Amino acid sequence: MIEFGETLRKLIRIYLEKPELAGVALLVLLTLLFQLRSNGVFLSAGNLRGILGLLPEAGLVTIGVAILMICGEFDLSVGSTFALMPVSIALMTNSGVPFMLAMLLGLGIAAVVGFVNGFLTLTFNIPSFITTLGMLFIVRSLTVVLTGGFPPLLSSELPVGVFTQFVGPGGVLRASFLWFAGIALIAWAVLSGSNLGNWIQATGGFFDAAAALGVPVWRVKMTCFVICSTLAGFAGTIQVFRLGSPLPSIGDGLELQAVAAAVIGGTALTGGIGTVLGAIVGALLIRFIDNGLVLSQVDANWFKFAVGGLTILAVVANSWLRQTARRIN
Amino acid sequence: MITPLISVRNLHKWYSGVHALKGINLDVRPREVCGLVGDNGAGKSTLIKILAGVHRPDQGQIRIDGQLVDISSPKSAMRLGIETIYQDNSMVPTMSICRNLFVGREPLLFSIGGLGLIDHRRMREEAIQAVANVDLHLRSADALLSELSGGQRQGVAIARAMHFKSRVLILDEPTNHLSVKETTKVLTFVRMLPEQGVTGLLISHNLQHVFQSCDRVVVMARGEIVLDKAIEETSIDEISESL
Repeated sequence: MIEFGETLRKLIRIYLEKPELAGVALLVLLTLLFQLRSNGVFLSAGNLRGILGLLPEAGLVTIGVAILMICGEFDLSVGSTFALMPVSIALMTNSGVPFMLAMLLGLGIAAVVGFVNGFLTLTFNIPSFITTLGMLFIVRSLTVVLTGGFPPLLSSELPVGVFTQFVGPGGVLRASFLWFAGIALIAWAVLSGSNLGNWIQATGGFFDAAAALGVPVWRVKMTCFVICSTLAGFAGTIQVFRLGSPLPSIGDGLELQAVAAAVIGGTALTGGIGTVLGAIVGALLIRFIDNGLVLSQVDANWFKFAVGGLTILAVVANSWLRQTARRIN
Repeated sequence: MITPLISVRNLHKWYSGVHALKGINLDVRPREVCGLVGDNGAGKSTLIKILAGVHRPDQGQIRIDGQLVDISSPKSAMRLGIETIYQDNSMVPTMSICRNLFVGREPLLFSIGGLGLIDHRRMREEAIQAVANVDLHLRSADALLSELSGGQRQGVAIARAMHFKSRVLILDEPTNHLSVKETTKVLTFVRMLPEQGVTGLLISHNLQHVFQSCDRVVVMARGEIVLDKAIEETSIDEISESL
């Protein structure tokens, strides 16, 4: 009995220090399950190509949302920014702006959305949930108005291959995956390896303490808002380049899926806790479920049920484990 | 006559019409532990928040080592060697002990414009050393702060102040919410400050604690200092009456 308690304590401690591990375990479990249920199709090159082609888009949004959540704020407008940036780029290139410049301006537009989100939230001291809920509607509306409701043409001259072409052995990966991997690596280095990352965690973990220790909390939060929006815009642009059509409606509902992915990957809604790896694992889990259910010949309408159930399960497990940890200490 | 480490002259602070500090004059000598007591609203918190760089005075001067200083932010207070431990908000519960010790002052491998990668090995080594220096025995520097008891947390906060060679440690009711045993531990830390070359300013509601761990006691009431005596020249009764 004592030995069991000791093991449990050790496990809980590992979990508290590395909250993304539960997600990794689940990922392995689901992979095995889907691989068996689909008679080996799940891990085939063709299927992996599909999953990994979509992952960068959801993954980048989730990384941004997770970083912002770790610093104690929230962004519901990512789905709308996801559409605004590619639509702006399409409109700009159609009116003769060079591709590179249009990309930079597009990133700038996405960054401005984040800046406004942060500025309003921090200046008027209101919950970012509300500010960004407002921005969700404002930005979506702007996108639709800009396009007149119809997707603008995306010139086939644009060098979108730097994001969409298949690369690597057997063409399993798209170039977008390399962009995703590179950005994820940088985000990981910043969050867990840099002093800025330490400040982000401290600001979200306990705002007053971080401020009293001289952390520039205002600038830290602002930076996270901007990172989150910019990543969302960039992700949307990659998706539009893949699909070839800048639909003003893309990314609808993505904000909640990104929050779900972040939470499943161990990010705490209350701030201060979470990792980049966790965010990726969360996004990957959602992709796996989406794909695995179809391959297992389960009615695809169960997808949202599974994501919802997993989200609640992750939060319940988190809170239960934290309470247990406090009790046995 | 020794130059006071902190010398406050004619300090005034108004909060939207309320006169919170009415011309405070206070000298704190090097390596003494000075107790600051007073009822709620007496102005203790305002005074220490000014010294910690959280608020700015409306009038008056602060000297450190006889030099006139302007404490404009928590960071500038730290640069002057003034570290503050609040009753419950000086640590981030969701972070490891090691990261907590260095928040805002991380040792970096390199930096560009103030941002850079943390030297994790140095941070861990220094954290272990810092914690051991205050005689605190912890499982590991990677343990989360939320795993520690209230007394251990205050111990880590004190270790942090020591590690950064603070000259003045302000403790704002550090024993609130603590058990009796942990309170004793924290008061022992406070008692150790002068040996470590640190000057202490202890804010407390509990006169017993002040008499156990301070060399001197300053009583505030209604924004003024009403009593300022060495511990051995006064008594709990006299202080209770002046409150």
